[in-house]
Parts: sequence; C-alpha cells; structure tokens
Amino acid sequence: MITMENVCKSYKVAKRNAGFLEACKALFSREYEEIHALDNVSFTIRDGEMVGYIGPNGAGKSSTIKILSGILTPDSGTCLIDGRVPWKDRIRHVKEIGVVFGQRSQLWWDVPVIDSFELLKDIYSIPEQVYRSNLEELTDLLNLGELLRSPARQLSLGQRMRCEIAASLLHSPKILFLDEPTIGLDAVSKLAVRDFIKKQNETHGTTVILTTHDMQDIEALTNRIILIGKGRILMDGTINDIKQNDLTIDETVAQLYRSYEI
Amino acid sequence: MKKYLSFFRLRFTMGLQYRAAALAGIATQFFWGAMEILVFRAFYSADAGNFPMEFSAMVSYVWLQQAFLAFFSVWMLENEIFDTIMNGNIAYELCRPIDIYNMWFSRSIANRISRAVLRCFPILIIAALLPEPYGMSLPADIMHFIIFLITLILGLAVMVAFCMLIYVITFFTISPNGVRAILTSATEFLSGAIIPLPFFPRSIQRVLESLPFAAMQNVPLRIYSGNLTGAEMTWAVILQVFWLMVLVTGGKMLCAHAVRRATVQGG
Repeated sequence: MITMENVCKSYKVAKRNAGFLEACKALFSREYEEIHALDNVSFTIRDGEMVGYIGPNGAGKSSTIKILSGILTPDSGTCLIDGRVPWKDRIRHVKEIGVVFGQRSQLWWDVPVIDSFELLKDIYSIPEQVYRSNLEELTDLLNLGELLRSPARQLSLGQRMRCEIAASLLHSPKILFLDEPTIGLDAVSKLAVRDFIKKQNETHGTTVILTTHDMQDIEALTNRIILIGKGRILMDGTINDIKQNDLTIDETVAQLYRSYEI
Repeated sequence: MKKYLSFFRLRFTMGLQYRAAALAGIATQFFWGAMEILVFRAFYSADAGNFPMEFSAMVSYVWLQQAFLAFFSVWMLENEIFDTIMNGNIAYELCRPIDIYNMWFSRSIANRISRAVLRCFPILIIAALLPEPYGMSLPADIMHFIIFLITLILGLAVMVAFCMLIYVITFFTISPNGVRAILTSATEFLSGAIIPLPFFPRSIQRVLESLPFAAMQNVPLRIYSGNLTGAEMTWAVILQVFWLMVLVTGGKMLCAHAVRRATVQGG
C-alpha cells in the first residue's frame, strides 16, 4: 500500500533574461525563483492497482515518482510504502521496487546487455533459480533473445527500452514505477510493452504506477487516473469519469487540461 | 560485499577491452620515462653528490611511476561518474539497494587496476632489461618488496578516496571543471608526480610529507627504490593508513549529505 500525505517539494531555479548585459548583471546578483514542483500532494494506492499518473509537462509527475522511489527527499509531508519511508530507508525500500525512467538508461553502455543483467542479479542478491526463471520469462515476453548479447550502445531505442524494462523486473519487485516507458517506441514495441505490463499485473499482482503522455497507454492499461497540474492533484477518478462520447481520448485530456487551466 | 565485487568485476573486464588505448599508453609512458631519466642524467652528471636520491633510485622511481601511472594519476577520473551527476542518470544509481560511495569506490579501483594491469608489465619488463644505469634495479630485499606491495595498494586506495571527494563535490557545483583543474594540478605537484618529494627543500619536504598527497605514490615508489627506510618508512605507512581513514570517512559523510539534498538534473 502506498500513501502520500501533504507532500511538498520545491526547487530553486536561477532565472535571467537573454543577452550579454543580463548575463553580466547575473554575475553580481542572481534572481532565484522558487518552483513548487509538488504542493500538498496526497493519494493512496492499494496493492495490485494500476494507476495512470497524468498531467502536462512540468506538472510534477517525475518528482512524485522520484520521491516514491526514494531518490528525492520532500520538503514536508509524509509518504509510506508498505510501512517504509522511501528516502529514510532507501536501501531496504528500493529492493522491493522496480523503476523505469523512459528518458534515461540503466544499462552499461559498452558491454552486452546480459552483463548488465548479471550485475543487477548480484546488486539485488537475486537467487540463481529466481534469476534464471525471471530472465527466461522476460526474454520470452519482451522478445529479447537476440538482443541480450549485443552491447547496449548498438541497440535501437525500442530494443533498448525493452531491455530496460526487463532490467527493472529481474528482482521481481512488488511495485513498479514507470516514468514514460513507451517514449519513442514503434507500434509493435508499444503493444508488446503494454501487453507485458498488463500480464505482470495480472499474474504477479504487481502494483503499477505509470506516467505517460500517450493516452492510449492509459486507456489500454489503467482504470484509475490521477491528474496532477502545477504540483497539485486535481482529479482522482476513472477514465470513464472524464470521457466524453464525441471526443477522442487525446482531445478529452486536452479539454481537461484547459478546463483546469494547467 | 558481493555486490561491490561484481561491480569491480564488470568495470575490470570493461577496462580490459580497450586494447588500442593500452598500446598507446605503453608507448607514451615508455618514452616519457626515458625522457625524464635522460634529463635527470644530465643534471646528475653535473654534480651527482648534490642530489638527495641516488641516480639508480631515481631511475627505479621513474619507471615504477610510469608503469603504475594508472594508479596514481589524479586526472584519470571517471567521466561516466561526472556524467551521471550532471545529466541526472544518478537517479538510477540511487534506486539500487547499494551504497553510492562504496559502489563508486569499487568501480574506480577496478578501473585503475584494469588500466594498470594492461600497461605495467611491458614497461616493467623493458625497464628491467635496460642496461645500467638506465634500467630498473631489484628492491633491496624481499621484506622491502612486500612492504612496497602493501603500500602500493594503500597508495591506490588513498588516491581513489581523494578522487571520491572530487566526485562528491560535483554534486554541489554541478560542473566538475573548476575543482578538477585545481585539484589535479595541485595533487600532481604535491604528491611527487612531477619531481620526487626529496628534491624539495628540506623544510618544505617535511610539510609535504605529512599531507595526504604524500600518501599516494611517494611512499611505495621510494620504498622500492630504497630511499625510504627504517623509522621514516614506518611513519609513512602509518600516515597512509591515517589519511585513508580520514578521506574515506570525510567522503562518506559528504556523500550522504549530498545525496540527501540531491536534485536530479534534467527532469
């Protein structure tokens, strides 16, 4: 079970206008702006739920994921995941979760993918038996057979992303955070990844939290949607709550963003 | 422990695959060493009595320095670590059940050892075969050789612990360039990489020898060449252990602080 209560997080960002004069001015006095990435965010997610976490760019989605996975420490508020405070109990917490950051890579660039997997096996102390069966299952479902022996740098984005997802699941995590996992994937890979996530949830009861800008991902995977804008939770409901008959899902969401002025 | 060992293993095998870099390194270091020895030869031929180290000790110092360059060059920092901090890939490192400091420490050690393993043997063999007085001489006795090996490893650990500070400071400064430039040139000078510490004026040498920089290459290389013996040697080893503990403790504390206030760059 995941509970977040009144979590706030702000960043200090240096700002200046364009141009040489402005740059010189910034040498002496710098203007900082406080950005409230998260502003009293609260929600609860039950075990085995699949939740779509949506919102426009810069709404605070990734910050939430990073707090949930113990990477960032919030300024205030509490967060409990299966009884653990992620940032205080980081090492014990991250053993139980899997994270995929769609824009980043966790594979070692210069060595075959399988070497990265073997390293993860040791990092998470995965028993040999479990590792073998997980690897087999993942290879099969994500169609990795041929990819495992090539260096990560020579894979295409979609191929790499499938390996990234597999890498995050080798230790059979109970909770999976996916931060834009289908970014840059072709239609076939996208369907494969969606199918796969669904199966994980059905067969292993994995709790999945998914952020994405691809509304088809949301439609295919989740029932519950949490909408965040300007760091605040604006809506927590199902896809049917927002759906209007004559609009496509993308138009619906655009409409939704406009109505909240975010 | 196994986690860190397999980190070590992966980094080590990765380092071994860069063969061309190793060949180029061997050639460069061999010529660099030869040039340095010839320059010192010229000085020594003017008045050998005026020098604080025997010429043969000096020659061994230079060859060992070139052979183990990968152990003791501050500038051989790992760009990948700076990159993870600067572009935010640190996010992935932080969601592993592993201590960041220990992980980077073991990977830096592995990186330096893998580089040194590929480069040291050809240089050592050639240096051993060179005619007197340009070749490397054997250590004074087996005891000295064992102490040399121990202090070599200690020196490497001190070096890596020092580099860890540079990595951790990058959490605060974002760009590593400034710290890197200052600390690398200062360390080169103060650790005896440019000229061995005995060549400094006596009073300055005394101060330098108590600094952490002297606990890097200065101790093992001078023990091998027989320039550092007896009580002075024991004291140097104690200082090595002391600085290693100070640097690791300080680095770990700073690292824990940095991680707590870390922001992940680039969304």
